[in-house]
Order: sequence, then C-alpha cells, then structure tokens
Amino acid sequence: MSALSIEKVWKEYGDQIVLEDVSLTVDSRAFVALVGPSGCGKSTFLRMLLGQEQPTRGNILLDGVALPSEPGADRGVVFQRYSVFPHLTVLGNVLLGKELTASRYKARLLGAARRSALDEARQLITEVGLAGAENKYPAQLSGGMQQRLALAQALIMRPKVLLLDEPFGALDPGIRTEIHTLMKRLWHETQMTVVMVTHDMREAFTLATRVVAFERRRDRPEEKERYGATITKDISIWPPRIAGAASIFSPDRDGPVASPGHRRDDLAPLGDI
Amino acid sequence: MRWINTRPSPGAQLALTLLPFALLIIAYAIGSAARLAENANDKLLPNLAGFADAINRMAFIADPRTGDYLLWSDTGASLVRLLSGLGISTAIALCLGMLIGMLPYLRALLSPFVAVISMVPPLALLPILFIAMGLGETSKIALIVIGVTPTMIRDLALKALELPREQIVKAETLGGSSWQIALRVVLPQILPRLITCLKLQLGPAWLFLIAAEAISSDAGLGYRIFLVRRYLSMDVIFPYVVWITLLAVLMNYLLDRIRIAVFPWSELEKQA
Repeated sequence: MSALSIEKVWKEYGDQIVLEDVSLTVDSRAFVALVGPSGCGKSTFLRMLLGQEQPTRGNILLDGVALPSEPGADRGVVFQRYSVFPHLTVLGNVLLGKELTASRYKARLLGAARRSALDEARQLITEVGLAGAENKYPAQLSGGMQQRLALAQALIMRPKVLLLDEPFGALDPGIRTEIHTLMKRLWHETQMTVVMVTHDMREAFTLATRVVAFERRRDRPEEKERYGATITKDISIWPPRIAGAASIFSPDRDGPVASPGHRRDDLAPLGDI
Repeated sequence: MRWINTRPSPGAQLALTLLPFALLIIAYAIGSAARLAENANDKLLPNLAGFADAINRMAFIADPRTGDYLLWSDTGASLVRLLSGLGISTAIALCLGMLIGMLPYLRALLSPFVAVISMVPPLALLPILFIAMGLGETSKIALIVIGVTPTMIRDLALKALELPREQIVKAETLGGSSWQIALRVVLPQILPRLITCLKLQLGPAWLFLIAAEAISSDAGLGYRIFLVRRYLSMDVIFPYVVWITLLAVLMNYLLDRIRIAVFPWSELEKQA
C-alpha cells in the first residue's frame, strides 16, 4: 500500500505565499500528473512530498503516517537533470541504492551479496533497455538513456512512491513517446504510486490516471504575493486506467505493454556507424 | 574569415608552441655571446660550455667537502620538504573542505574563519615559525602547509557545495546516510578537483619552499641558489632555476595523468 494524503497544506517563503490550502488524496498505485503554469508551485509541492522541503502548515501522510522531514528510501525521485551520478558507470549507478542500504559503513558490497545485487541491477538495466551499456559513464549516454538510467536507479529501491519532476521535459518528441511506453510498463509492473510534474498536457493525459491542475486563483500583480496557487482542476481519466490490469476499452493504449526491442536513442551498434 | 575562426594545423600548432621557447634561448645565446666577446671572464650570462661545466660539477662530481652530489642532495632535501608540506595540506584540506561543504553547522563555524586565515600573508608568519619551531625542517614544512592549506580548503568546500542539490537528494532517496553520501557521492566527485587544486598550488608551494630555504637551511635547491648568489655564479643559478621549473612541470603533468587514469569520467564530463 502506498496511499498519499495531503491535508490543508500551505507553503510560504517569508511573505510570499506559494501554495494555499492544498488538499489531495492519492490512492495507492495511482499515477497522478501535476500540471499548471510555470511558477505555480508544482515543483515545490513535489519537493514537499519528497521531504526536501517542509509545509508551512498542514500535513502530508503516507499510508496514514506523517512523512519524515527528510528524503528517504520509501520515496524515489527522478529529476529533469542531475539525477544520475556522473562518477559511476551505468551499473554502478543502479547498484548504488543496494550498496547504501545493505552496507552501513563501507557502502560497498562484497561476495555473494554483491553478486545477487549485481544480478538484480543487470535485470533492471535490461528492463529499461540499457543492456550493453553497463560500463558506460552517464556523460557517454544520450539524454533519454540518462533518464532511463535514473528510472532504473530509483526503481531498484522498490519505492512506495515515485516522484518525477519534469523527467522527460528535455527529450525530443520521438524519444519522449518511447520513454512514455517504458514508464507505463514500469507503472503496470511495479507496486508504486507515481506523482509526476509536467508541462506537457499530452504527456499528462497519456500516462496518468488522474490529472491535477495547480493555478493561482488571484493573479493580479498586487495580489501575487499574498495569494498562492491551489488545486483548481482534478480530472480522473475515463475510461479508468488501473495499474496491472488490461483496459477493456483501449488495451493497447492503456493496458500493460510489451517490452520493445531497440530504442531510438540507443547508441548505434559499432557496425552501423 | 574572422580571426576567432582561424585555427592552426597540427604542424603549425607544434611550431607555435615551440616558438617562444626557441626565441628565449636564441635571445639568451645572442646576449651571452655579445657579453663574452667583450669580456671572456664575464659571469652574468655564461655560455653553453659554462653551463655544461657547472652542471657536471654540481650533478656528477662529488663535493670535495661533504662527498655529496650537490644537485641530487639538494633536490632530495627540497622534494622531501615540498612533498611533506603538500601531503599534510592535502589531507587537512580534504577533510575540512568536505566537512565545510557538506555540513551547514561546520560551514557556519569554520567557513568565515578559514576565509580570514587565508588572507594572512604566509611569508609574514615565517619569522614566527622560525622563532616557535626552530630553524629545522618543521618550520619550512609548516610554512608550506600554512601557505597552501586555506586556499585548498576553500576551493574544495566550494566544489562540494557546487554539487547539484538533486544529487544529494537522490542519494538520500537511495537510503544513504550522511557518512555514506560523503563516502560514495561527494568524495569521489571532489577528488579530481583535489588533484587540480594541488596542481594550482604547486606554484605557491615552491615559492614558500624557496623563501624558507633562502633564509635558513643547509641544503635544498633554494638554499643553493641563494648561496652561490654571493659568488655571482650564474652558471649554477640558471641550471637550478631550469631544474626547479622542470620538476614543477613534471609534477603538473603527472598529476594530470593521474587524474585522467584514476577518474576517467572527470575528463568525459569536461568534454560533454
């Protein structure tokens, strides 16, 4: 289970009110897309779910328990940039989560524990279509591959909630469509609730089970500081998409997806160049 | 075509690289020849034969008084001081720099203090060091440490702070504790910077070393230069200066190679 409930949350920076009176209940295994104009506090909201920032007033509960006041292993995240570690290879990036949880002081695994973690990491890497790139550094990967790596890295922790902050915003449309397919598949196959911030309406409506819009109700210049944004629209997608279940209405679009072969932004095999 | 868009070919590049060195040598040779033509005993600008003789005397003939080969014993003494100084500085800078960069409490405690300390001119402290620690090795090494550590601490703290917040948050979501994040995320990413930083501090370190040796020592490259100055022995001073320069250039080059060999990703990041 991984239901989120946000109760009357306000966020203020000094005099500036960013979010006012936001209440939202997210079911377990839902896929919520947060949309809204720039600067309306979507990302701030996501950072509060992450624990990177604290609400000024109100509570955020995960499965009925208040969120700890710092990021933790139960909530995974993929940012638009800087989500992967430039000093680790693809394999090292995915393995890191395992190593940090299992080895308290050395933060490294040895022997049998390392082998089993390696197997799991390799499997995830194959799942996101990065097989063959295990020993490359992020700087050698394309933008789409880096984001897929970031997904694999977050997923190895089996987080209850996966938070995505405009993860695919910097990718070109073709690659974005492919990574959407991957995202949909991962959501169907794992047990997590997903909250995604996006600017792309198409993306929001393609992936989500529910689209939530943030907006400032009062936006005149003299009102800007004292009135924050809040939820103005809350749309449940119909026909409903249910994680792990095939859709009766449009199975190929909303149901679980098969893994594709070669992806468009994979590095060309050496023979092709 | 605009000047900013014109590039030399590889051959031209090499020629241009060598040109200033060649010009310097030619200018010296002309100056030296002119002075020696006027007075064959001139000591200010000795010719190549003079240098060869001096180098032979310093490097390959044992000193009649001590039995040492002076160039090598001087080099040994100087390098021991320089490397101990730099080693101690590096260790201190790495620990403090990371702590200041990562922990807000320690940043509040130490950052302004280090900033102020780094403004103290180290050479002005040299008399204090000589008085407090005597004229031996300790005070010379201490001068190098005092001279280069504060800058290195500030540089590394800055680098640790510059790591994108996203990375630290991501490491936290992977279950990392402060210690683990320091060990697996921050440390590996500032080590390449540490090497670069060490490279930039080579110059000041040599400066402090030679200053300390010039004032009080009985061996060392700086000591020798200032000793033979009394006899206007330019034939010794010039080769020593060239030798010191070569050592510095070599260290610089080695540090770069080490960085690329040990942290291949740091070079990839630079190109990306």
